[in-house]
Amino acid sequence: MLYVVIAFLWVSLYLYLILGGADFGVGVLEIFTGKKHIQKVKRTTYRSIGPIWEANHMWLIIAIVILFVGFPTIYSTISIYLHIPLVLMLLGVIARGTAFTFRHYDAIDDDWQIVYNRIFQISSLITPFFLGLIAASTVSRSINLHNTDFLSAYVYSWWNPFGISVGVFTVAISAYLASIYIIGEAESSEFMRYLTRRAKVYFFVVLLSGIAVFITAHFADIPLFNWIFGQTIGQIAVVLATLSIIVLFWAFTKEKSTIMRICVAFQTFMILVAATYNHFPDLILLANEESLSLFDHQGSEKTIEALAWALLLGSVFILPFLFYLLYSFHRKNT
Amino acid sequence: MDDFIAARSQMALSLGFHIIFACVGMVMPIFMAISHYKYLKTGDELYKGLTKAWSKGVAILFATGAVSGTMLSFELGLLWPGFMKHAGPIFGMPFSLEGTAFFIEAIALGFFLYGWNRFNKWFHWATGVLVGISGLASGILVVAANAWMNSPSGFDYHDGVYSNIDPIKAMLNDAWFSQALHMVLAAFVATGFAVAGVHALMILKNKNIEFHRRAFFIAATCACIAALLQPISGDISAKDVAKRQPIKLAAMEAHFHTEPYSPFIIGGIVDEENQKVDYAIKLPGVLSFLVHGDFETPVKGLNEFPKENLPPIAITHYAFQIMISLGMLLCLISLTYFIAIWKKNSWLSSPWFLKLFVFAIPLGYIALEAGWVVTEVGRQPWIIYEIMRTKDAVTPMPGIVYSFYIFTAVFISLSLIVVFLLYRQMKMVGKLYDPTDPHFKHNVKH
Repeated sequence: MLYVVIAFLWVSLYLYLILGGADFGVGVLEIFTGKKHIQKVKRTTYRSIGPIWEANHMWLIIAIVILFVGFPTIYSTISIYLHIPLVLMLLGVIARGTAFTFRHYDAIDDDWQIVYNRIFQISSLITPFFLGLIAASTVSRSINLHNTDFLSAYVYSWWNPFGISVGVFTVAISAYLASIYIIGEAESSEFMRYLTRRAKVYFFVVLLSGIAVFITAHFADIPLFNWIFGQTIGQIAVVLATLSIIVLFWAFTKEKSTIMRICVAFQTFMILVAATYNHFPDLILLANEESLSLFDHQGSEKTIEALAWALLLGSVFILPFLFYLLYSFHRKNT
Repeated sequence: MDDFIAARSQMALSLGFHIIFACVGMVMPIFMAISHYKYLKTGDELYKGLTKAWSKGVAILFATGAVSGTMLSFELGLLWPGFMKHAGPIFGMPFSLEGTAFFIEAIALGFFLYGWNRFNKWFHWATGVLVGISGLASGILVVAANAWMNSPSGFDYHDGVYSNIDPIKAMLNDAWFSQALHMVLAAFVATGFAVAGVHALMILKNKNIEFHRRAFFIAATCACIAALLQPISGDISAKDVAKRQPIKLAAMEAHFHTEPYSPFIIGGIVDEENQKVDYAIKLPGVLSFLVHGDFETPVKGLNEFPKENLPPIAITHYAFQIMISLGMLLCLISLTYFIAIWKKNSWLSSPWFLKLFVFAIPLGYIALEAGWVVTEVGRQPWIIYEIMRTKDAVTPMPGIVYSFYIFTAVFISLSLIVVFLLYRQMKMVGKLYDPTDPHFKHNVKH
C-alpha cells in the first residue's frame, strides 16, 4: 500500500507540473507577447484554462495532503526550513487565482483590468519560480537541521544559485508547456503559426536555462550530471526525451497539436523521472549526508492503508469526471 | 507582539477569512440549484437570469475560497509543524477525503459555469447540485478534523509517543457530529441572511423588483428554516461540550464557582482576577438545567481546574454571548418571516420588513465567526485537547510577526476587492441578468 501512496504522490506532482505549469505559463506568455497579439492570446488562454484552472491546482493540494498524512516528518521539516519560499509561493497562488477570476468576472470593463492583468502576470512568474526553488532545495543538501541562526537555517536553506537557476528553469518550462498547450486552441491557422514560432523560442529558453542548472549544480557540488547520465534509467530518459524533441519539431511542421502536447508532456515526465529516480526513496537530501526517506518516515501502517484507499476511491470518482471536463471544453467540441 | 501570538493571530485570521468563502461555497450552489430548477420547470427567464447572476458571484467567491484553502493546507505546517508532525497521520483522513470532495467541486463548478447551452439541461443542473453536495461534504470533513482537536481519539498516547493509530476512528470522533451539524446550519443562516438582505436592499431601492423578489424568497426561506433549527443544534453542542470539555463550557459562561442552581450568565464584564462577572444578568439554575436537565445539580466552575489549563475566559465568554444573542435575534426575524408568509402577506413588501433583513446582512456571519472563536479560543491552551499544548506546536522560525502583517494586508485588500466586485455585479443586474429590464442586453460576454 505504501507504493500506492508514493505513486499517487509522484503522479500528483507530475500532473501539477504539467497542468499547473501550463496554467502559470499562460501568464508568462502574456508578459512576453507584443501588443499586436495580446488580445488574441488572452482570449485563447481564457477559453482554454477558464473552466479547468481550479481543477489543475487541486493536484498541489492532493500532493500536500499525501505528504502531511503519509509522511508528516517530511512535511513538517519542509514547512520549517523552507517557510519563506513557501509563503512567497502561496502569496503568488493567492494573487494569481484571484486576479485571474476577478478580471473575467468584473461586471464592468474599465481600467481595473490593467491592475488585474499586472497582478496576474507578475504572480504567474513568481509562483513557478518559487516552486522550482523549493524543489531544488529538497535535493541540494542546503537544508541543515543542525543550524540554528536565522540566515543559515531559514534563508541559505533555499537561497543559492542552484535554487535560483532551477526556479528560472521551472518558469521556462511553464511558458513552454503553455505555448504548446494553447497551439491546439488557436482560432486560426495564422495564429497557430504565430504560436508555433513562440513555442520554438520557449523551447530554446528551456534548453538554455537547463544548461544553467547543470552549471550551477556543478559549482554547488551537486552531482546532477552523474544522477542523470551515470545510470541506465537516466540515460534512457535522456535518449527518449531527445527523440521526442525530433517528433515535436516534426509535429510543428505538420501542425499536429495533439502530438505536440504528448511530446511536451512526455519530456516533462522524463525530466521528473531523471530528477527523482536516482535518490528514491529519499525525498529530501539534507546537509551532512543526512536524508529523509519515504520509507523511514511514513505514517503508521493503518494510516497509509486508509490513505491509499481514500486515494484509489477518490480517483474512481475524479478521473472520469475530470477527463470529461477536459474533453468537453476542448476547442473541437465547443 | 511575540511570534507565538503572531502565529495564532495569523491562523485565526486565515481561518476566519477562509470560512466565509467556504460557507458561500457550501450554500450558494444550493440556492442556485433551486433557482435553476424553477427556471427549468417554469421557463421563467427571471430565474435563469438569477441563476446566472448568482453563479458569477459564486465564481468570484469560490476562487477566493479555493486559494485561501490552498494556503491553509500549507499554513498548518508553516505555523504548527510540531502539531502536524504527530497529528497528520491521525487526523489526516478527513483531509484526504476532503481533497476528493473539493476536487469534484472544482470540476463540477467548471461544468456548471461554462456549461450553459452546451450539455443536456438536466445534466447541467445536476453538475450545479453536485457543486453544492461536494461543498457540503468538504465542509463536514474539515469540521470533523477540527472536532478531533477538541475530542482526540483513534490513538494511544503515552509519554509523548502516539501509537495504535486508527485514522477512521479519529475521523469519527465524539465531537464531529454536533460540530458539523452546527456548522452546516450556521453556513445556511449566515449566507442566507447575507444574500436575502442584499436583495431586500435592492427591492427597497426599487430596482428590478421582480428579479430581486425571487432571489429574496429563495435565500430568506432557507436562512429562516436554518435559523429556527440552529438553537436545537446549539443545545446538542452545548451538552456535548459540557461532557467532553467542561473547562470550555465554564469559560463560555464565565462560570467561576461550582454551586448548586448554577446560573446562566448573560452579558456582563468579566473580571478574571477576582473571578467574577460584573453587571451581568444571572438566571439561577438555568445553566444546571441546560447541562444536566435539572435546576439543582451543580455545574463545575473554572476554579476547580488548574490555572495553566484555563483558556482566555473573557474572550470566550464575550464571543459566546455575541453568538447566542445574534442567534436569538435571527430566530425572531425568522419567526416574523414565516408569520408574514402564512398570515400577513402585506408585510412582505413593507419597508420595515425589508429593512429588518437589510439590518441582518452581517449578523449571521458575525455569529458564525464568534462561534469559531468560542471553539478555538475555548480549547486553548491546547492544540490537541489535553494532549499537546499550542505553544509546543509552533514553528521555531522567528519573525512570524512579519508574515502576520503581510497576510493581514493581503486579506484586507482581498476582502475589499471582493466586496467591490460584488457591488459592481449588483449594479449591472438590470443590464446583464434581468430580461424584463429595458436596459437588458442579449448575448453579451457575461
